[in-house]
Amino acid sequence: MSDQTCVELAKAEEILDRYPHEEPSLIQVLQDVHRAYNYLPCDVLVRVAEALGVPLAKVFSVATFYKAFSLEPQGDTIIKVCMGTACHIRGAGQLVEELERKLGIGPDQTTEDLAFTVKTVNCVGACAMAPVMIVGEKYWGGAKPARMETYLAGGTDDEN
Amino acid sequence: MRIDSAERFAALRAEARQRDESQPRKVLVCCGTGCLATGARGVAEAFAAEVAARGLDVEVNLGVKTTGCHGFCERGPLVVIQPEGLLYTKVKAKRVPEIVDRTIVGGEPIPGLLYKNPANGERVSAYHEVPFYKHQVRVAMRNIGRIDPTDLMDAIAHDAYAGLAKALFEMTPEQVLDEVERSGQRGRGGAGFSTARKWRSCRAAPGERRFMLCNGDEGDPGAFKDRSIMEGDPHSVLEGMIIGAYAIGAHEGFIYVRDEYPLAVVNLELAIAEARRHGLLGESIMGSAFDFDIRISRGGGAFVCGESSALMRSLEGKTGEPRAKYVHSTAKGLFDQPTVLNNVETLAGIGAIIHHGGAWFAAMGTERSKGTKAFSLVGKVKNTGLVELPMGTTLRHIIFDIGGGILNDRPFKAVQTGGPSGGCVPEALLDLPVDYEKLTEAGSMMGSGGMIVMDDRTCMVDVARYFLAFLTEESCGKCVPCREGLKQMLAIYDALVDGRGSDGDIARIERLAAGMQLGSLCELGKSAPNPVLSTLRYFRSEYEAHIADRACPAGICRALTAYEIVPEACDGCHACFKACPTDAIEGTIKELHVIHQDACISCGACFDVCPTQAIRTLPKVELASREVV
Repeated sequence: MSDQTCVELAKAEEILDRYPHEEPSLIQVLQDVHRAYNYLPCDVLVRVAEALGVPLAKVFSVATFYKAFSLEPQGDTIIKVCMGTACHIRGAGQLVEELERKLGIGPDQTTEDLAFTVKTVNCVGACAMAPVMIVGEKYWGGAKPARMETYLAGGTDDEN
Repeated sequence: MRIDSAERFAALRAEARQRDESQPRKVLVCCGTGCLATGARGVAEAFAAEVAARGLDVEVNLGVKTTGCHGFCERGPLVVIQPEGLLYTKVKAKRVPEIVDRTIVGGEPIPGLLYKNPANGERVSAYHEVPFYKHQVRVAMRNIGRIDPTDLMDAIAHDAYAGLAKALFEMTPEQVLDEVERSGQRGRGGAGFSTARKWRSCRAAPGERRFMLCNGDEGDPGAFKDRSIMEGDPHSVLEGMIIGAYAIGAHEGFIYVRDEYPLAVVNLELAIAEARRHGLLGESIMGSAFDFDIRISRGGGAFVCGESSALMRSLEGKTGEPRAKYVHSTAKGLFDQPTVLNNVETLAGIGAIIHHGGAWFAAMGTERSKGTKAFSLVGKVKNTGLVELPMGTTLRHIIFDIGGGILNDRPFKAVQTGGPSGGCVPEALLDLPVDYEKLTEAGSMMGSGGMIVMDDRTCMVDVARYFLAFLTEESCGKCVPCREGLKQMLAIYDALVDGRGSDGDIARIERLAAGMQLGSLCELGKSAPNPVLSTLRYFRSEYEAHIADRACPAGICRALTAYEIVPEACDGCHACFKACPTDAIEGTIKELHVIHQDACISCGACFDVCPTQAIRTLPKVELASREVV
């Protein structure tokens, strides 16, 4: 585990208040925590374990099992490149390579200034528009490496 | 209004229909994930603003409706104009005033926005005449694209909850089971188990609590029908669950939705809240003696959670690891209580089956696969999107008549069905009628209905490697055959695509595959070798070329493939120059271009953009031998 400065626990307490304190709440709580903090801070996991009465080892096992969770701080903008079959055969790999050239980071890495995190995901279910890339909340269909600058700058719909 | 009796529901339905019919002039803007990505929200807002600005509600009584996915995502944003049924494709917000002027007020179609049939270049005006839609028969997707998924009254006007009212007030749970059995419906999530049998065995199992679950963890890459149903007609899923719960005697339900489907979660949550407020969920549903409620659980992004026992562990807040199959979920499922887990599409069909009768459903399809099936037709095909067709439709009809053939008119090579548990079906089997049995015989499977069309520019060794890499990442790691088998197999494939294959590799792959089929704990591991075995079965020569000739016949595997420009065909358009990510191409406009092999990474970007097919692939070994001379 990397050194982490203590994080504010108030947001976590608020989340915990919304769920019954039992094991079945664990994943839902972790999802809300992830959304609130943009990752799963260590201190919060300790608090979640204590509050739900689940051993810390189990909390970590769940936190590391599911792809939606990260134990490291994420960039402000998450870039997801879809790696579904349709995207794969329409050249999704080239998008990842272009991101690597442009941002200097590979999948599951974050730029040093915490601006971007690149993730590859297994199918976002927009296969008819393959290859698909999601920058923040914005979906880009028929994405082309040559237009990466536009995607990263958060271009408008008409450019799609 | 809270529905507290059969009469109250009938009255509400009549009111909803009347409201719908009183406004024949409608603009339906597709707001599925696909069209939203291409700007559908802006189009819908532009229509609303335009209508308000002109006060058209007085003049034309226009209703602007944002609907779920129309399925034809490739051509989005899609707009359908009623009552004519005009289909406009690739609509931009800035064209909206013109549409209102010429079509809504003027009553004439705008030819440039109509769908152009790639087969003959003709413009098709009516939605139901477009080949993509013309051949479809929609059951599970019956209301998608027709209704506003956030408007319960709109759903009710289109028969939502009519099946539920019939089940609750005119049928016993036993009669519901009989009706579903008559329909012959089988699970739409993959394995194709009989819905009625699953429900019966759960009903018969002893337990204190009982659960009705919906599997919305559509993880198969290349499949998105469940997303579309949950987004576009969430009430059909709720109705199916309530009817199922009534049949098995459950009072608690969960919908497990993938984390990657945010819009599906939003629309389902809205639908559940609306249904509760109207007495369609909660205590004494529609005033009957039956209580049932549904909660949504968002998945954590693990493919294995689509497996039934893993999904239930995940709902319990645990890691999603499957357990051995000798314990049946229908007897000991969620929290070790009797549980039914059905796929989204399965449940979406239930309301219609009860409303129209099992015989109606069973009249469609084949001997052992009844009804219709939703497919996501994607990959290298002209018309990509979601289609629903009677079981037994041939692959050729789906790919060539509905899909419009192969992109850029390249040769067809294979179609991959069934996701990572399925396989690749070659050209020789294009006339195969698609049903559960036929696909299994061909070495593939139905799975969740993904159909990924592949052309000659697809390397089958690379496709098999892709699925192995996917599964290696997604294997939960509980059982050794799956965890280690995948890892070893992937290592062999890495060598194959890298030109390091050796003679015994095919035999080693087959031995590992047999071990995994035999020894894996869950279906994920047992079926993991399917993509490998089916590509070996139909495309063995490609494997042999990778090993013996160090060549990729499709010209895809980068370590084995070089690109060069055919001088006679190059017209100097400069497109390849702009597409090349490594500046490996030299040339000025209208002059011959050249690829510098030392800088080329064999990505194929130039090949894809060249309008004159002047770029060709050749095995790297050939290039090496040429340099020696």
